[in-house]
Amino acid sequence: MNFELTEERQMLQDTMRRFLSERYDTATRNAILDSEEGYSSEIWAQMAELGIIGALFSEDDGGFGGAGFDISTVFEELGRAGVVEPLLDTAILGGGLIARLGDDGQREMLEDIIAGSRHLALAHGEPASRYDLSRVETRAESREGKIILNGRKAVVVNAEAASHLVVSARESGAIDDETGISLFLLPADTLGVSMRGYSLFSGGRAAEVSLDDVEIGEEARLGAMGGAFKALSSQIAAGQVALAAEALGAMETAATLTREYLMTRKQFGRPIGSFQALQHRMADMMIELEQARSAVILAAGHLSEAAPERDRHVSAARNLIGRAGRLIAEESIQMHGGIAMTQEYELAHIAKRIVMSDHRFGDTDTQLERFIALGGA
Amino acid sequence: MDLSYTQDEIAFREEVRGFLDEKLPEELSAKVASGVVLSKADHDRWHAILNEKGWLAPNWPEEYGGCAWNAVQRHIFEEESARANAPRIVPFGLSMLAPVLMKFGSDAQRDHYLPRILSGEDWWCQGYSEPGAGSDLASLKTRAVRDGDDYIVNGQKTWTTLGQYANKIFCLVRTDTNVKQQEGISFLLIDMDTPGIEVRPIKLLDGTPEVNEVWFTDVRVPVENLVGEENMGWTYAKYLLTHERTNIAGVGFSQAALASVKRMARQERHNGKPLIGNPHFAARLAQVEIDLMAMATTNLRIISKAAAGQAPGVESSMLKVKGTIIRQELNDLARRAAGPYAMPFASETLDGDNDPVGPGYAAPTAAKYFNNRKLSIFGGSNEIQRGIIAKTLLAGGAK
Repeated sequence: MNFELTEERQMLQDTMRRFLSERYDTATRNAILDSEEGYSSEIWAQMAELGIIGALFSEDDGGFGGAGFDISTVFEELGRAGVVEPLLDTAILGGGLIARLGDDGQREMLEDIIAGSRHLALAHGEPASRYDLSRVETRAESREGKIILNGRKAVVVNAEAASHLVVSARESGAIDDETGISLFLLPADTLGVSMRGYSLFSGGRAAEVSLDDVEIGEEARLGAMGGAFKALSSQIAAGQVALAAEALGAMETAATLTREYLMTRKQFGRPIGSFQALQHRMADMMIELEQARSAVILAAGHLSEAAPERDRHVSAARNLIGRAGRLIAEESIQMHGGIAMTQEYELAHIAKRIVMSDHRFGDTDTQLERFIALGGA
Repeated sequence: MDLSYTQDEIAFREEVRGFLDEKLPEELSAKVASGVVLSKADHDRWHAILNEKGWLAPNWPEEYGGCAWNAVQRHIFEEESARANAPRIVPFGLSMLAPVLMKFGSDAQRDHYLPRILSGEDWWCQGYSEPGAGSDLASLKTRAVRDGDDYIVNGQKTWTTLGQYANKIFCLVRTDTNVKQQEGISFLLIDMDTPGIEVRPIKLLDGTPEVNEVWFTDVRVPVENLVGEENMGWTYAKYLLTHERTNIAGVGFSQAALASVKRMARQERHNGKPLIGNPHFAARLAQVEIDLMAMATTNLRIISKAAAGQAPGVESSMLKVKGTIIRQELNDLARRAAGPYAMPFASETLDGDNDPVGPGYAAPTAAKYFNNRKLSIFGGSNEIQRGIIAKTLLAGGAK
């Protein structure tokens, strides 16, 4: 057993921590939150230059990482700094699916992604699908050598910035069958694609995407007809490791801010951290934080295994993070008091990142259900 | 032991329900139900409707234009109002300042201010907390120095709720720095138009401008705006806090929130089936409902005691702690129930100008979850309340 990061990952972590602490302070981030784009293209370009995007892809795909621990290393640092730039959507979900399924032509896009000159979005969730990954009502019909897409996609994160969308659509089967789901890679401005964009509660932007008689060619297909679910669930598993690691990083920041506040804020003539009622709660937070760290390590370390074993660990991590994250977010706010309720204080954003991450790809309860179904309990 | 309401109380509930059916404007209840932030005009409108009926001041004696309801009647009114999604009565003038003026104010102050509170002419805000004086309120530093017929006030107040709508502020100020903290505080009434006052909005984490900082720079306040005696302000402040705590359990709010979560969970589909039938979600919901049923009864037990003239002691602290835990748990359940559609930032929607992105019920859930973290912080944090309970229980024991 060895729980140390490799030298390369340690360097990546150091680089990111230095870059983000210098270039991504609260004021900078809050300005990004208020911006129309919802992310900073300058920060994005710098992250690409530092190799942060490349770290999320394997050497075969033009990067220099791509394994579970690369993802967890990168996202823990992003979470620590409360970064809202869409690495999950462009790199892990969009880029990851192209790397996994794309033909040579489609894979050419990977270079742009790693270089930071292209954004992607995964248009998979639908108004009625909630957290059910195989519920796809959007239809793809073949007509005279063309494919016609019709449907609605919900809360498509990063859709407006994306040059291309990875769209899931059903070609056969019942609406919640795993078989029959196909993926298509199409320019976001294809005729018939329309978006209603909006900002997200914890930063960044998303859109409701309507697909009305969107006509595309066979060459837009990503992977085999009706056979995309396996790759989709693999990349969503990677995305969930990213989300769990990001929440872990944010939880570390919440705990650090709280610890500092307890030691400096004085009421009744002494630091509030001298009250045992708060000391024990701070101790509980640290216990949960170590649990969360181990859960992320377990999930990242099992990401390349067969689906049931992989997903069991992913669900375990996200269930634990869901519980520990809520505790740490709420207790951090409570022990700070009013100051943590203000938007300009760092903790407010960090707490939102932690809690709202529970709303992507399955909340705490849904993860518990999956864990039970996979024979984990 | 009899768990039923009296005939009079049942008749009173019917009367309240009938009034709300008839007089509560649909635009207002729709706004409250969907979590839209109410404007000053919305609040003023509802206050005026209640005032016309004579129901704006449930806790005031009749001689001042109140309805002199007992604790059970007030509870019934609050419960029915929450159920009907009526706006809450803005408490600063009506249930915080007014009782202080009635007990400690001069005749001139009562005659001048009380009718203006009822008519809506004055909107009061509260100048209590300061950046360095939160839970430890008695350490407040805002100074008032006597200069002829005026006090000159310098300092800063914070967390002033809806101060942006107010034309008056009641403040705790330090008038003596040479005595024990609690003994050098006075209670001043200040016109917000006085030169030297600046109101700066604080943006909360859900984006709403609900609270403010209020800065005082050489603000001249006439001596006749002192309530009661100089340096007795702490006594008045504590008296005010007992009134702030009359609806401390928030039973009505929680009942309305529970009903709303149930409605959401019946519409939401989880793996194609109603979320309300999902065992994990149903278990969470049932546990809160069980807690709420018991707390509603605890609340009634304490109210009955109060109605019989016994002053509630630690019980109000217990209700504050349990009541806020239950409300926050319900806010958490609403956020969970909304699923991915809790993620859109609904500020545009909540201004009432745009259609919600997903189902209307999902739009305010994240904002409400975060905004209501304040419930366990303000009005004496839950840590302060637990301290009061523990101190009372263990008095004379472990030191």
